[in-house]
Order: sequence, then structure tokens, then C-alpha cells
Amino acid sequence: MKELDYPFDSKDILRNKREIKKKLLSDGTPRIKKNIAVLGGSTADHIISMLRLFLLNAGIEPHFYKSEYNKFYEDAVFGSPELESFKPDIIFIHTTSRNLTFMPDDASVTEEEMEKRIEEQFKYFRQAWDGLAGRFGCPVIQNNFELPLFRRTGNYDCWGESGQSAFIARMNVLLSNYARHTKNFYINDINYLSATIGLEKWHNPEAWYLYKYAMSPSVIPDLAYSAACIIKSIFGRNHKVIDLDLDNTLWGGVIGDDGREGIEIGPETAVGQAYSEFQSFIKGYKDYGVLLAVCSKNDMENALLGLEHPCGVLRPDDFVSIKANWENKDRNIQETADELGLLADSFVFIDDNPAECAIIEAQLPQVQTVRMDTVGAAMYALSRGGFFEVTSLSGDDRRRTEMYAANAKRIAEQKSFASYKDYLLSLEMFAKICDFEPIYYQRITQLTNKSNQFNLTTRRFTEAEIEEISSKPGYIRLCGRLCDKFGDNGIVSVVIGRCEDDTAHIELWLMSCRVLKRDMELAMLDEFVKKCRERSIRRIIGYYYKTPKNGMVAGLYESFGFSPVEKKDNGDSVWSLETEGYVNKNEVIKYDKRSYINE
Amino acid sequence: MNNREITERLNEVFRDVFDDDSICVNENTTSADIEDWDSIEHINLIAAVENEFGIRFKMREVSGMKNVGEMIAIISSRA
Repeated sequence: MKELDYPFDSKDILRNKREIKKKLLSDGTPRIKKNIAVLGGSTADHIISMLRLFLLNAGIEPHFYKSEYNKFYEDAVFGSPELESFKPDIIFIHTTSRNLTFMPDDASVTEEEMEKRIEEQFKYFRQAWDGLAGRFGCPVIQNNFELPLFRRTGNYDCWGESGQSAFIARMNVLLSNYARHTKNFYINDINYLSATIGLEKWHNPEAWYLYKYAMSPSVIPDLAYSAACIIKSIFGRNHKVIDLDLDNTLWGGVIGDDGREGIEIGPETAVGQAYSEFQSFIKGYKDYGVLLAVCSKNDMENALLGLEHPCGVLRPDDFVSIKANWENKDRNIQETADELGLLADSFVFIDDNPAECAIIEAQLPQVQTVRMDTVGAAMYALSRGGFFEVTSLSGDDRRRTEMYAANAKRIAEQKSFASYKDYLLSLEMFAKICDFEPIYYQRITQLTNKSNQFNLTTRRFTEAEIEEISSKPGYIRLCGRLCDKFGDNGIVSVVIGRCEDDTAHIELWLMSCRVLKRDMELAMLDEFVKKCRERSIRRIIGYYYKTPKNGMVAGLYESFGFSPVEKKDNGDSVWSLETEGYVNKNEVIKYDKRSYINE
Repeated sequence: MNNREITERLNEVFRDVFDDDSICVNENTTSADIEDWDSIEHINLIAAVENEFGIRFKMREVSGMKNVGEMIAIISSRA
């Protein structure tokens, strides 16, 4: 459910938690049932209600046991009949720095006494863990400790004998050591969590005085999400595949247009460095058993060319599957999943294009999408999302049949857009198609020199030539700009037709690959035919000049309804269309008649 | 913002928090009138109201509010 996928809106989840819960419970998803005991050192009610939502969303139906207020130690060490009969599958010890009863609170504490206090404090928790291990032997999740907001002695607090920050830091080291050497014991790292959220936001003393919440209620969803990620990992509900776009996701630039020398990866530029770091970050996931795949709108040849870039970190054989074609990405992801024998819900998809992310979210909602906005943001989202939380235990065997049952259900629910056209309509696209205007000369020139794939004649122009053509009456010039609900794609298509008597010869027809399969080419054609009719032109001649890169438009004129005039052995072809009787083809893009938004 | 507007927005918050579209609060509504309004849900309600109106209640107010009328009065004095 979108509301619960990272990044989520905590305020919204807290306010609407009842409605969200109802929706989850009635969505018919088969879930594995698990008993989860929450032993709290402070109020835990909202932690449990948030945990429930995130676990339901991860395919786990939890039943909860909640210790009496701050009775985590008693329950663990001395046991309770309720907890015994509850038979927990997992125990979550929700304690915080408020439970550090041996924390020094005055200046009299000596180094020796500090050692003793740390030892005592650790022993106190250790007794709880030992008690639970002896009684239940199930996985235990333990919060570590958050730093304090108030430091009486300032920086001294982190190193002085009586420092509380110092005490907490040492406790956290002891907890980590214990976790490393203890099977079935996991740390919920609220020390990290409170730092990323910010201690100023994390701490809310009034919530403690009023309700005995050890942190601000507003951060409880974050805390619960973090614990839920550990739980779902323990029960084998982790994601398994990172499926990546290529252009502007694994490198800067468009390989099909810019070529291997033109894309940015490697130490030469800042952008190149960012993508190198991103590739290294992604590659590191392989060591933890995560599968990598590619899903890119590209020719295979170009995809491999980019992945074999000498400065690249990821290589073609790092990927279990490379889909580089012009199919819709939801189909490619589904195919990859089928080939790997996995469900699409184990996929995390990363793409810089928000429209591609949106189509995945609509067509394959079980796929988690991560928008590649900046390299840093993507790495943060990928890691904070908790998709690949590492725990040593692997999943139940019972899961298998349930997985297949869930799959059958999803197939029935999958297609939320009745058709591709509905999807295009949902993008709310607007095009502005106009004559070359001086403010666009530079961009038009750039496009004529950069575009290689969707380019029928691959004619290059200088800015002076564009300017010259713009001043001549014998040309039909169009440049098209496309906006959708995600933003402005800028000028994405350019057409130049040279008029001769009652015939227009298309000397240039190009489009940026960013807007492929949006029907922008149809909108351009409609407009071109309209301009021809205004000049009483009856025949349009289109030329396709084959290059190593423009194979994708070899059949474009045919798809437009042109008739073949000539097909040469070298792959070039000539096409013609009568303007009379032409019926407009674009049905999904509206035309923006306003004078346009300024650059 | 007048009391009527505050009450309307407040009502939306109540309906969301208790997931009950039949709720219609007025100045005299108390926790006794809404079945799920217990001390735990009160925490959530307070946070949601604070977020809705961009205000913070004082601790004494959180524990001292007798009815929705008092809540409206506090919001109106602060928003």
C-alpha cells in the first residue's frame, strides 16, 4: 500500500491508522500469521499499532502481546503466564535511554565507578535476554540507545567520566558486540534513526511527562518501520532484486545519443564521480545475495556499450538479467521476474524518469520504486527503505505455497489501467508545438546534434543554419514541447520540412528518447499535416537514412500511414503521404494554446 | 477563523482518527460520547489536531480539556 511504502507521511499514517488498517485487512492478501511480543520500557501502544500496519503491508499478520507498562525486565527475567501461553515467534524489547537506570547523573562519578555502572547496566539487559532465550528461544529484537538532547556539560558529555553521551555510546558498543556473537539477536538501531531524524525532532520531553512516550509520537512510525524491516527480513519477506534503468541512472547522459565517450562515469567529472559511487554502492548489494538486473529503453548493443565503459564499476556479468529494448518497463520487469522464478513484489526498481516510476507503480504496484533524483537521494532511499535488511535467518518453508496463492490473486488485480491509452491519458500531457522561436534556437541546435536514435535523417545543424532556415518562407518548422503532470520535459521534438510546389520534403524529424511511447510523434505529425494543408501542400515525402543507431525509427513512416516510394539496399527508404483525407492520430495529448511559460 | 470553521475542521480530524464518518462534534462533546476515545487515542487525537491547526497544546491543556468546546477555545486563541 502506497501510504505505507517508504518514504511515508508519518502524520498521515498516525491520523488515518484505523482506516488504513481496515483497508489492509480487507484487501484479501494472504498473510503469514506471527505472534509478536512487545516488551516495553515505556508506553508502547502506538508502536504496536504502527508495527501492525507495516507488517500487514509486508504480508505478515501479527498478533501482539504487550507487557504491562515498563515491565519488560520482569516479563523477561521472571516470566509471565500470559507470555508463556502466547508463544511468541518474535520478541521486541522496546527500551530507550530512559531505561538506562545506571546512567551517571552527577559529577561525582569516577572512572572506576563508571566502569562498574556500565557493567551493571549491561548485566541488567543481559539477564533479560538470557531469560527470554531460555524460555522461548525465538528471535529477539532489541533497541539500542539514542543520544540525549540535553548535555549539561556540553561536549564534555561525550568523553567525561560522568558523561551520559559517553555512557550511551559504550552501551551501544556492548550491545553490538553481543548481537554479533548471539544467534537470533538483532539490534533495532534507534541510535542511527534518531540521528537521521534529528535529536531535536526525536526527543519530546512533554510526551514523556504526559504519556510516558520515550520519543516524540511523530517519530513512532519511523521506529516501527525500522523494527518491521527486521521482522520481515527474519521471516523471509525481503526484496530480492534491484532492477535498474541505465541512462541517467547508472551513468550521466544517454548512451544511444552520447556514445561511450559522451556518457559520464568515472573520476573525470563531478557527475561521473557521483555515478561511480552509485555503481559501487549497488554492486556491494551483491555480496548480500541481492540480485541485480537492468531494465532500460535502449538497444541491447548500446546498453552493453555503456556497461563496458572502462571507468564503470558494474559489468554486464554483474546482472542476472539485462532487458534493453523498447517494450514497456512493467512488461520487462514481469518477464524478468518470471525468468527468475520470483514474484514482482521482490523487485525494487530504480529510474530517473518519474513517468517510468509512475507506470510501474500503477501497473505493478507490488514493485517498490525508487526515483533516481540525485545519486545521494537514491542511495538514501534504497537503504532507508529497508528492502534488503540483513538478518542471518532465512525464510520459512511454509511461505512457498502462500507466495503462489498471492501471485494468482495479484494477476487478477494487476491491470489497474485498462489500457496503455488510459495510462497515457492519466499523465495529463500538454504539448506546445510551434514554429522555431529565437529562444529555442540553441536547444533545437543541440537536439539536432545530440539525437541519434529517434532521428530519421540525422542531419546536423549549426545554430546559424537553424537561424537561416527560420527566416525562410519555404520551410515548415516545428518544435514541440511536452509537459505532463510530473513536469516539463522541455523541447523534445523537432521537424523541418522543405516546401517545393505542392510537396513537402521532411529534411529532419527527431525526438528525444525521454518521451518515447507517449504519442508525441503523432501530435507532431498532426500539426505538420495541418501546416501543409494551410499551404495547400498535397504530398509529404519522408526520408529514412539508416545509421547504426536509428534502427528504432526504420518503420516510423509506415506506422504513420505513409506509402513506400523507394527502398534501397543500404536500408534507406523514401515514403509519401497524401494530406487529403488525413485524419488526426493523436488522442492523448492536449494542445496548449496559451503563450508559453517563460524559460 | 471562526468557531464554526474550527469545528468543521476539527470534525474532519475526529472522523479520521476514529475512522467514523458519523461523528459530529459540538462544543459539548466529551470523550464519553465517542466510544474509542480513550487515553491512548487522546494522544493521537491531540497530535492530529496540533498538525491540522499548526499549534501546540500546553501540557496542562492536554490533560485539562473537559470537552470539545474547550479545545475550540484554545485553538481559536492560538491559530
